[in-house]
Amino acid sequence: MSEPMDFLLWVRGPAFDVAALIFVIGVVVRFFEIFSLGRKANFSEPRGTEFGPGMKSVLTRSLPEPGMFKRQPLTILVGYVFHIGLLISLILFVPHIELFRETFGFGWPGLPNPLVDAAAVLSIVALLAALWHRISSPVMRILTTNEDWLVWALTFLPMLTGYIAYHRMIDPYPLALGLHILSIEALMIFFPFTKLMHAFTLFIARWYNGAMSGRRVVES
Amino acid sequence: MSEATLERGLNAFKEQIDAPVAAFFSSCVSCGMCAEACLFYTETGDPKYTPIRKLEPLRRVWEQEYTIVGKIKSLLGLSKPVTDELLQEWQELLYDSCTMCARCSMVCPVGNDIAYMVRKAREGMVASGNAPEGVKGASMRAVKIGSPMGVTLKAVEAQIKHIEADSGLTIPMDAVGADYLVLLSSMEIMNFPEYLEALAKIFKQAKVTWTLCSTAFEATNSGIQIGSSDIARELVQRIVDGAERLKVKCVISPECGHAYTAIRWEGPNLIGKPFPFKVVHILELLDELRASGRIKTTGLESDSMTFHDPCSLVRKGGVIEEPRNLMGMVTTNFIEMQDHGKWAWCCGGGGGVSSNEDAEELRLKVFKRKKEQLEQTGADILVTACANCRLVIEEGLEEYKMEMPITGLSELVAEHLVVDETKE
Repeated sequence: MSEPMDFLLWVRGPAFDVAALIFVIGVVVRFFEIFSLGRKANFSEPRGTEFGPGMKSVLTRSLPEPGMFKRQPLTILVGYVFHIGLLISLILFVPHIELFRETFGFGWPGLPNPLVDAAAVLSIVALLAALWHRISSPVMRILTTNEDWLVWALTFLPMLTGYIAYHRMIDPYPLALGLHILSIEALMIFFPFTKLMHAFTLFIARWYNGAMSGRRVVES
Repeated sequence: MSEATLERGLNAFKEQIDAPVAAFFSSCVSCGMCAEACLFYTETGDPKYTPIRKLEPLRRVWEQEYTIVGKIKSLLGLSKPVTDELLQEWQELLYDSCTMCARCSMVCPVGNDIAYMVRKAREGMVASGNAPEGVKGASMRAVKIGSPMGVTLKAVEAQIKHIEADSGLTIPMDAVGADYLVLLSSMEIMNFPEYLEALAKIFKQAKVTWTLCSTAFEATNSGIQIGSSDIARELVQRIVDGAERLKVKCVISPECGHAYTAIRWEGPNLIGKPFPFKVVHILELLDELRASGRIKTTGLESDSMTFHDPCSLVRKGGVIEEPRNLMGMVTTNFIEMQDHGKWAWCCGGGGGVSSNEDAEELRLKVFKRKKEQLEQTGADILVTACANCRLVIEEGLEEYKMEMPITGLSELVAEHLVVDETKE
């Protein structure tokens, strides 16, 4: 009986600290890797500005061009459902907020559990659809590397174990919760060194794209 | 060009990688959306043409040289090296099947500017000796003869004589102190001399002082297309020297897409300092003359006309409104294509593809996209502002047995120009 409890204490304690440390240092290192490469000075006479259009692209790239939606509805739909479901589960689930409040001393209101549950289910379904799409679409298959499968699994497991823990589908509960936390730690450890990093770097990429276009007065 | 080796190629790839490239590769989640924006994929259905995949050699160099994970993978023997075989295989992907039209750069959800990276990857291809022969030949002719099509100054002078005799207009050459230096593309000199005649007529009416330059008449830049900054720099330097010698205030990029990219956006960076003169595209200047009332038109066409946006003008240049304003000067019946302006589809022959024999079959195949767009408009006449697009579209229409006259926008403005003879 004490074993699952010990496991939970370990994943919540030392294991979490190590994962958090790797995550933070890793992300800082990755940012350094990117920004230290710099950009060459641009001597061409600008037609427009960089900063504003860059910031605009950071926002507008979240919306697909209408023609793209017609050609690739599944990618876009799955992308929205998964990401929104993930964000709701992550930041609007009351126990998550309470954990944050315990650690940092402040929190925010959450959503009722059944709503979060529904969002999580939709997100899990979207992830399964994304997997099926990756296997069946020739374009995605030719692009897919081992890293893509790894990243999919690292994302799927916290969602799945979270769902299992919430619905008490594994006994005893400390084991279920421990597995959930462990899967998040795996995600955190791999995050900086895989495509999961896109969650941060996409803002940089979008800004550069928008800024370089803005200089020429093209909205991108 | 010094001898091309794999090592030089790898170094060139390394040199090209900057913070945007690192941010782009870090962000790609292999979603494949870029394929849907690329006519080489949409018209063939072959996934190997997915834009981001064309950058695999550059991506490998980035990962192995500029990330800790890549370095560890290399130490453990887990990373796939960039080899001559890989680069040979990728030649088709980086040259034959990419016009650097940058449509993919507009749709990537994480914001990757893929065309920006293709331009960079081509530097590594040239340095490693993996550029296609056709484009290489064009570059060599550009450096040695002064034009990618081998057009000499003599040929330009002969055309000038013809035009002057036919039209009674004067075409100034090497006129020191003129406001504008007019550049031409080889194709305009050989295939569309109407362009030069149009400018002579318009500038006379608008009282614009201008000149051609005997040491810098060619605007196109094969160095940009093949991906050799050394060649590109040499070609840009000729224009800079010519413009400085003639003390012009402004250089006019002709009806050519990539020439505008080359001289307007890459030029100053190639020579490493700002230009002492301005650069405008001819359509920007004509629109300025229109707005200030210095040119007026009459006898507008009633035939329906549509406009093909050259990729380099819209997505890479922001010259989007100008052609539309000018179309309003020449026709009462202007029809937009379904995807136009910054969403225009490429003719399939930009970025050096039209001078690359290896790509010919594929280029004609993917022209289907433009053909369908043109059919959709039901327009009588196609207007564009790039001699290369124009030739590529003419060839495409012929291949698909479709009849549609094509004309250049500047010519059309000249045709309808109100000429005030008394103000001589």
